[in-house]
Amino acid sequence: MRQALEGSLAVAKAVALCRPGVVAAYPITPQTHIVENISKLVADGDLETELVSVESEFSAASVVLGAAAAGSRAYTASSSQGIMLMAEVLFNIAGLRIPMVLTCANRAVGAPLNIWNDQTDSMAVRDSGWIQLYCADNQEAVDSLIQAYRISERTEIPVMVCMDGFILTHTLEVIDIPDQGQVDAYLPEFRFQRRLDPSDPISLGALVTPEHFSEVKHSQHMAMFKALPEIVEADKDFEAQFGRCCGGLLTEHGDEEATVAILTLGSIYGTLRAAMDAHKPRKKVKLIHLRCFRPFPEAALLAALDGVKDLIVVERALSPGLGGIVGTEIKAVLSTARKPPHVHNVAVGLGGRDVPLDILPRLLEALKDGTATEFSIFDADLSKLPEEDR
Amino acid sequence: MMEIRIHGRGGQGNVVAAYLLASAAFEDGRYCQAFPAFGAERRGAPVVAFVRVSGKPILQRNEVKAPSFMIIQDETLLHEKGLTDGLKPDGGILINSSLDPAEISRRHGIEMIAIPATQMAIEHVGRPVPNVALLSAFLEMTGLLTHGALKKALEERFSGHVLDNNLRLAHQAAKAVGKDLWKEKADAASA
Repeated sequence: MRQALEGSLAVAKAVALCRPGVVAAYPITPQTHIVENISKLVADGDLETELVSVESEFSAASVVLGAAAAGSRAYTASSSQGIMLMAEVLFNIAGLRIPMVLTCANRAVGAPLNIWNDQTDSMAVRDSGWIQLYCADNQEAVDSLIQAYRISERTEIPVMVCMDGFILTHTLEVIDIPDQGQVDAYLPEFRFQRRLDPSDPISLGALVTPEHFSEVKHSQHMAMFKALPEIVEADKDFEAQFGRCCGGLLTEHGDEEATVAILTLGSIYGTLRAAMDAHKPRKKVKLIHLRCFRPFPEAALLAALDGVKDLIVVERALSPGLGGIVGTEIKAVLSTARKPPHVHNVAVGLGGRDVPLDILPRLLEALKDGTATEFSIFDADLSKLPEEDR
Repeated sequence: MMEIRIHGRGGQGNVVAAYLLASAAFEDGRYCQAFPAFGAERRGAPVVAFVRVSGKPILQRNEVKAPSFMIIQDETLLHEKGLTDGLKPDGGILINSSLDPAEISRRHGIEMIAIPATQMAIEHVGRPVPNVALLSAFLEMTGLLTHGALKKALEERFSGHVLDNNLRLAHQAAKAVGKDLWKEKADAASA
């Protein structure tokens, strides 16, 4: 049913529709409303789940690890320093191949202390072995969450659904919340083959010596690539059931014969789409929303970039001392392409800085005058800095 | 698309005001978007929230820098430099003040419509929360949405005597302003 809902409440409702057996989370801005709303659903008797209150994110992640290992569908959510505190457990969950879903309400990582949105937190755990899906709007945050359980349980890889903090979590908009019956038809009951069962004991998390470690990692790496078609299929089947989709691995919008492409992840995509309507660029431009960042959808990206001469990667994260994270990865992927586009890379909207509509003409202008060739924090005002720090 | 900016202080129900207005827009069959621009959240600190209402899906998520209308829940916020910056030239400001509209407009050098929303809220709801009165007066002047839509949005959020009191408050607040006073402005902004 279509409703005007705050993003966090919509996500909480979507979690409930997936019938998790265990939810454990520790509140942190801007994730808090998701967990608060789940707690309220439980208190009101609208969700039957084991809701575990914990003293830290490390414990939250550990509880859901144990719960899913014992065969329960499990859910957690966090942001920023919370994701950092979970990091050790996140690697364990993925390495142990335990299916579950986590919502990352993306927020900057301190210091300096900042509660607002960027994607440094999820990017910092991109090598943890979790599948990462980025949401362009709150409808995708709801739909991707439901899809995430299916993907995770089929692939035995945990899925992190990333939604921009505040910009999505705290925005009220029109969101379609699916019916329970439809979700039940789409998402079969969770059956974990390797679950911990006292009547049929197995060991989970044993020490793996150099003799086998490389093979375990190879199999994990291959499983990520095998997840690519599962992610596409989960979205296609979702569309068949619910009449809408999230674009599979990535979404393209604009001129099919574009020579300029702008790629981004998350909610900036909507702003760029509105900017395309408002500014009507003279050049043939297309937008690409990279929904799936891990596993990296190399073939889909190469296909989307066919005929593109200039690609501007606009990201909400920074690797100090290198530059962009997504941009650098894309440059690496394109290095073996036959006719690779020239990749330009900027970071914008760090720590919650507003990304206005004129970002589009400014990016295209920078492309024309050559100032986009080197990585920059595009919207940084260097006049605020002393000369020696510029 | 209509863009509205709501200014208040932490604890005045600023975010709720934005959510109620957007929810009412949804009840009237429009697309809507409402979101806060939080500072460090605390009672009394200046807070801002944004609302967009449109007949078409709303894609952008940038802050509203050039609103057609502003709703100001606390008169003392006018001492903040640049508070009314960006207001469209043919826009309107609705402020919570017990002063006469002509007097408050003269004091601050910008035209405003004023209603004593805090007093109205204390009288009807028993709490100094000016948001519902201001929203109702705003809808009465602009005709942007029906009062029935605001009623539905209030019913989604409140029940029992709290709902009844808020509905009475909304009814009284609407009578405090001129019906359709800003209708032309609102129609031009929505076009």
